[in-house]
Amino acid sequence: MGTVAEEIFSMKLSRDVSAGEIVLVDIDVTMSHDNTTPLAIKALRNTGKPLYDKNRIVIIFDHVQPPASVESATLQKEVLEFIKKEGIKNFFREGICHQVLVERGFVLPGRVIIGGDSHTCTYGALGAFGTGVGSTDIGVSYATGKNWFRVPETYYFDVNGSFAKGVYPKDLILKIIGKVGARGATYKACEFGGKTIESMAMGDRLTLTNMAIEMGGKTGLIKTDKVTENYLKSRGYPYKEIVPKDPNYEKIFEFDVDDLTPQVAVSPKVDNVYPVEKYAGTDVDEVFIGTCTNGRIEDLEIVARMFKGKKLNPLLKTIIVPASNEIYFEAMNRGYIKIFMDAGAMVCNPGCGPCIGRHQGVLAPGDRALTTMNRNFIGRMGSDKGEIIIASPATAAATALNGKITDPREVI
Amino acid sequence: MGKVFRFSDDVNTDEIIPGRYNVTTDPKALAEHCFFEVRPDFSKTVKGGDFIVAGENFGCGSSREHAPIAIKASGIKAVIAKSFARIFYRNCINIGLPIMISDELYDLVKDGEDIEVNLKEGTIKILKTGKVVKSKGFPDFILKIIDAGGIVNFLKNHDIGELEDGI
Repeated sequence: MGTVAEEIFSMKLSRDVSAGEIVLVDIDVTMSHDNTTPLAIKALRNTGKPLYDKNRIVIIFDHVQPPASVESATLQKEVLEFIKKEGIKNFFREGICHQVLVERGFVLPGRVIIGGDSHTCTYGALGAFGTGVGSTDIGVSYATGKNWFRVPETYYFDVNGSFAKGVYPKDLILKIIGKVGARGATYKACEFGGKTIESMAMGDRLTLTNMAIEMGGKTGLIKTDKVTENYLKSRGYPYKEIVPKDPNYEKIFEFDVDDLTPQVAVSPKVDNVYPVEKYAGTDVDEVFIGTCTNGRIEDLEIVARMFKGKKLNPLLKTIIVPASNEIYFEAMNRGYIKIFMDAGAMVCNPGCGPCIGRHQGVLAPGDRALTTMNRNFIGRMGSDKGEIIIASPATAAATALNGKITDPREVI
Repeated sequence: MGKVFRFSDDVNTDEIIPGRYNVTTDPKALAEHCFFEVRPDFSKTVKGGDFIVAGENFGCGSSREHAPIAIKASGIKAVIAKSFARIFYRNCINIGLPIMISDELYDLVKDGEDIEVNLKEGTIKILKTGKVVKSKGFPDFILKIIDAGGIVNFLKNHDIGELEDGI
């Protein structure tokens, strides 16, 4: 009985669990990447315990892939040694961890998943409880197969209405974060529901849950429904219903997207959210389309439609990074990659791209980037004198076409 | 006794240590780049036993444990904030970097002033005024981890199930 979060923990422990309780649970999947695995291995070794269950571990190389420096190559080599020594089978370098975990069927309704990455909160789009932890917590699960959680209270976001032309789920989540604030949902589960969510495709749902952490949320959640069932069944993965039952929400927020307009979050905080008009005409030096927020086929489709037959100014760095190989292949088959390259955009291999500030488009001092990322913190993309503005793929594409921040409704 | 390095609200992990410096797991090397951009003098002026005092939501953003490791390796004895971001809070407890939660302290001390902290009692004394502030306590099972010096040390001598006795 309860919210989606309470339902998942109750199912896991075969008893009724309520918000506020501290529980020790079996972890279904423990994920980490090239950046966070080295410290997790250290933690495991320091416990003096062996690896508890190698089959419940997934390691993904995505942050700096392939390695861009001697230092990152050295750390990745350490991880590869660990993988070989322990016989870990679930190792992939085919895109961003959160996308690959979903595509490969590790994210299933009712599962409890921890990831050494703050955007692990993404998995709730499929009715799983995913939350980001540090490397030591990953090491704890390596050693014990378990970890502890405080069952979170839930904020419910009741979203209704239809998106106007040129307005997308990214604009909605930016609007929500602008309203709730960067710490407004700290420790809370953020459950999204309502007519708008019900009619959203899985890719768009993942955009919403991905950014729950940007308001402090422990996880983002969406109850399972036909969309979840169809998505999983089309891939041959099992479906299970996870829906709230007489939930007691700590707070309910209502949003109507009928009048929503394209939004931007300006440097240096994700809750600095304004309508795009306020910044229209501002010059940019880089446009980056990709990430675990907006590197999916739905996003690339929007950009391809806008770039088709157009030429971009080569003085502007336009970088596109599909979130996974699967998406890259699909974009190739649909002709999007050719459209991007014909337009003059640089298409990089799947992974986190410049979102980590270590390769594939770092910012110079004074550079301003408009990106589809989830964070605009100082120094995240390179120079601390650079500036990051976050927006939807449509706003990013419109901005790339004009070389200055542009309301996509003027271009579409 | 130690000096206060005072920070405002919403200090994020990119500010504590930018992603591009996470190319090592060596605590000393990480400490060299701690607050590298927002407070370039930090690593040069911080001394063992100093403190960080901050506002709300300290440590928000990435899950990178490099952030609390860099702070700990800088010699900071404790971080005292109005509130902490969730992942950072867990990370500090797990790696044994003492944290304290106090709503009151932030407005009572200035940057560079001296305070004295008693971690066991959960008290903070402001030397200039003599005022003593009490921090919020931790649940019993978290105290078990803190007392062991972090979760890794806890697991060296205990089964994880023993945490449940404190739940």
